[in-house]
Amino acid sequence: MTRKSTIVVLGALLGLYAASQASAAADQVVIGDIDDMSGVYADVMGQAGIDVINMAIADFGGTVLGKKITVLSVDHQNKPDIGASKFREWADQNGLTLVLGGSNTGVSIAMSKVAAAKKIPFIAIGAGGASLTGADCTPYTIHYAYDTTALGNGTASAIIKEGGKTWFFITADYAFGTQLQDAATKVVLANGGKVLGAVRAPLGTTDYSSFLLQAQASGAQVLGLANAGTDFSNSLKAANEFGITKTMKPAALLAFLTDIHAATLQTAQGLYLTTGFYWDINDQTRAFGKRFFAKVNRMPTMDQAAVYSATIQYLNAVKAVGSTDSDKVMAQLKKTKINDFFAKDGYIRADGLMVHTMYVMKVKTPAESKYPWDYYKVVKVMTGEEADGAQPDPTCPMVKK
Amino acid sequence: MTTVFGVPLPAILGQLMLGLVNGSFYALLSLGLAVIFGLLGVVNFAHGAFYMLGAFAAYIGLASFGVNYWWALLLAPLAVGLLGIVIERLLLRHLYQVEPVYGLLLTFGIALIAEGVMRSLFGASGKSYPVPSLLQGGLNLGFMVLPIYRAWVILASVTVCGVTWFLIERTRLGSRLRAATENAKLVQAFGINVPLLVMCTYGAGVALAALAGVLAAPVVQVSPLMGSSLVIVVFAVVVIGGMGSIPGAIVSGLVLGLIEGLTKVIYPEASNIVVFVIMAVVLIWRPAGLFGKEQ
Repeated sequence: MTRKSTIVVLGALLGLYAASQASAAADQVVIGDIDDMSGVYADVMGQAGIDVINMAIADFGGTVLGKKITVLSVDHQNKPDIGASKFREWADQNGLTLVLGGSNTGVSIAMSKVAAAKKIPFIAIGAGGASLTGADCTPYTIHYAYDTTALGNGTASAIIKEGGKTWFFITADYAFGTQLQDAATKVVLANGGKVLGAVRAPLGTTDYSSFLLQAQASGAQVLGLANAGTDFSNSLKAANEFGITKTMKPAALLAFLTDIHAATLQTAQGLYLTTGFYWDINDQTRAFGKRFFAKVNRMPTMDQAAVYSATIQYLNAVKAVGSTDSDKVMAQLKKTKINDFFAKDGYIRADGLMVHTMYVMKVKTPAESKYPWDYYKVVKVMTGEEADGAQPDPTCPMVKK
Repeated sequence: MTTVFGVPLPAILGQLMLGLVNGSFYALLSLGLAVIFGLLGVVNFAHGAFYMLGAFAAYIGLASFGVNYWWALLLAPLAVGLLGIVIERLLLRHLYQVEPVYGLLLTFGIALIAEGVMRSLFGASGKSYPVPSLLQGGLNLGFMVLPIYRAWVILASVTVCGVTWFLIERTRLGSRLRAATENAKLVQAFGINVPLLVMCTYGAGVALAALAGVLAAPVVQVSPLMGSSLVIVVFAVVVIGGMGSIPGAIVSGLVLGLIEGLTKVIYPEASNIVVFVIMAVVLIWRPAGLFGKEQ
């Protein structure tokens, strides 16, 4: 076969493939999961997130309005362009009806722009940046699990109450880290504290020792870690090694259960952190934890619990309005109260933020931990309003109108 | 207080010390890469993966078999080196006759597979490896408290680099190796088993990467991705030093560690690109690298 005819045949095949995808999509509900499957945040949601979505769909009955529910998934590799282009591609070719996931605020901001352009609901779960429902809000974005405002309000105020008035931040140098630092700074200043300095470390830095020496030289009482994943465990580990934890109190502004597990209790004991979910809070959370454990062989993070809850909420909304029409579904979602194993007293605010009960936790010492994954004790239960404020974010253009 | 660029002198000294620690890792890793490239002509993209496997071998040894750190320093490089030999025997060997890019693609593939396997076994957030009890605590240097372990890393790395340089440049074995890379057919005609020599060289280069992994295990989170972020920097180090130059790899590894350390105080945001900026400048000014020979 000549080269030209090969290309023609290939083109025809691709065309056929695309056509079959598009026609198949009409009678389907298509849920796309775009998340970090292989990078620094892969344990927080990752492959297990797909398992959870499928678990939720199976629990829902496998179909909605008599339509099959299909799950598509892709690794966004922490690159905004990949997240956005996959979203667009699925919207154009695969009859996409909902996107979940998006760990990494930078990627989620790019994806929410596509959500607005394509008018397809996007439930951001893994990302923390509060701007997703602030300056970057869209009518089709829901921010489901937690945001940087809640993390700042929870962790920073708990530490200030214990006397930690002066802070130094080690911040992941991208949208999430800076928003997290801003949120914590607001709380510190509002409570009469002071920020003595901050360094912005590139995402994926492995050696934090030089940043830690700068932190120590500042003389601050609190070491605010405005990072996540392996960045968090590496910075905490080095802080222990350099003996900085003896003079400064480390604050985990965002740490997931898997991060604590990876850092070990020996290193992480005594840390304060804020979370929207912990598997060992009540019988419902424990039941989900055990089901998840049976599948994945570890306990679920807040995000993995949230994605189950979000999938069910979405399917319920589709069922209630009798269609996958984005505007109808969004309206239904925004007027539904959310009370399940993940969220207590939850509701979706006008700006798209899912406000719900959050917990300030203290990491147990190895002696206090009685069984595997027994890592946290509850220090404070915050209502959704305490965590995020009662009013929608005024920087969200949608709210002003 | 004396200041440099508005930063107090003790802080600068502290950062230089830490830069030296990182430089030791760079030197050790780029040394293995330089040996493999210099003697085999293979661009070993799996180097970071072997570093990661070395760290995991130490972790698995400790967690599952009670092998302590000191034994791990010996056994992990041996185990990973053997894996390297198997890969050379089964796969890499067939690519010596074709363009180097095929070797690069093969080793890149091996790196992705190794990372994927470890991720599915241990998760992306990785595992924590304790500092051995003999090396815990810190040394007060006046301007900073240096953890004893970090001082040990510098010592171990400089020693290993020195020994490797000596073996290759100053011994009979080394001269045969260098001769074999110049003209394999001729050396074989003298009755030296060149394929065996090449296989062992690859194994040794891989073992060096694994040794760096064991040294790193107590200071960083042992995670499947620990190598992939490092390997790019290490490649830049090797290019700056001159591809295949052993003293070039060692010296530029240490010096770039120092420069990176300084960048972390002066402008932290640039700390992960400074090495590449230097690489670009060096390539414009001296395309063969600082210690490389023009061909």
